[in-house]
Amino acid sequence: MRETILFCLLFAISSCAHLNNQAPLYNQLGEMEGITKIVDSLLHEISTDAKVLPLFSNTNIKRFRSKLSEQICDISGGPCEYSGDTMEETHRNLNITRNQFNSLVEDLIRAMEKNSISVPAQNELLKRLAKMYPDIKH
Amino acid sequence: MQFRLLSLSSILLTFFCSISFADSKILATSAATSLEGSAGGGIVPWAIISGYGDTGEIGGNFSFTTVNVNDFRLDVTSFNLGFGNRLELSYSHHDLHVEPLNLNIRQDIYGLKYKLIGDLIYNNIPQISAGIQYKHNKDSLIPDLLGANDNSGTDYYLSASKLWLAGLFGRNVLANTTLRYTAANQIGLLGFGENGNDDYQLVGETSIGIFLNPHWLIGAEYRQKPDRLDTVKEDHWKDIFIGWFPNKTVSFVLAYSDLGDIAGLPDQSGLYLSIQLGL
Repeated sequence: MRETILFCLLFAISSCAHLNNQAPLYNQLGEMEGITKIVDSLLHEISTDAKVLPLFSNTNIKRFRSKLSEQICDISGGPCEYSGDTMEETHRNLNITRNQFNSLVEDLIRAMEKNSISVPAQNELLKRLAKMYPDIKH
Repeated sequence: MQFRLLSLSSILLTFFCSISFADSKILATSAATSLEGSAGGGIVPWAIISGYGDTGEIGGNFSFTTVNVNDFRLDVTSFNLGFGNRLELSYSHHDLHVEPLNLNIRQDIYGLKYKLIGDLIYNNIPQISAGIQYKHNKDSLIPDLLGANDNSGTDYYLSASKLWLAGLFGRNVLANTTLRYTAANQIGLLGFGENGNDDYQLVGETSIGIFLNPHWLIGAEYRQKPDRLDTVKEDHWKDIFIGWFPNKTVSFVLAYSDLGDIAGLPDQSGLYLSIQLGL
């Protein structure tokens, strides 16, 4: 019994290793086309998220869409250089709480799920974005 | 009397209606409920505060757990509340059925946990919490016969928990280490201390898990145990588990636990099943 369960666990872990695509994150996200789709899904999620929607009341959505796509392209190793304002500048007066940050993370996870992004690619993007947490949170 | 009851219940109702039972924490970061009622894995408490409430919110869980090993069945009912992702209060009731003797040993555990520093995900410092568990054994016949000193005792513990995004094979990895200062024999089910002495000891506990995706967590736990009673042997506990978090209101943990020698009956191992309902 114990051996069987241990074997199943090892098998599950090794199948994770197999799924771990070695392609650059930018390609795993579907390059610029895929990233734009993720950002569009994210905007859709935000539009129904009462917790974070108020943060976007003064946002130029068209600019946000293009700058966020560019930024994700940049941090995922794609051929872009983020040309927008720094994270500190853009979030300075928004007083973003942890709760709102978490909610946005979950919106992004749902957006990536909708676009069938693999779990390792999802986690890798979240990891790179999470580094910005100190600059974003109030 | 009736009036007082009525006003008390309306105060309670107002209290519960005014706080927000919220869902601000990320899925599965409420943890499961450990055997002693604190947010944790199966047998180890974690630094995580129970429920999905974050700053300014309240969260919590009801949970029902049953552990079936060769000669014992332990049924556990627990309730915990997390306040502002900072403070956790818990209550847990244990009912251990000793099959060879056809009798039960019952125990109540009241817990308090406070987050001291750090963050589970967004900080280089892991989340570190300190906690206490006051345990009261209600059926001290067997503990007394085996030489336990007391029917109640308090455990003190310090836990550190950390989630690494894309930590291993692109999967998120959750690790926890707990240091516990305890006088309990078999977590209190066989009483506390031995022969006129509390005999507090420091023990280490650890859990490690990997999220296959946001809903499924597999892992293993190890809990060091004191072995202070002369009459019977006490072994370290271990388990391997799989946790399923389909959404923020319900979660399940299935584990295979190896609890070793309990009260003179060797090789106690079997299945652990826990259902957790979020507030």
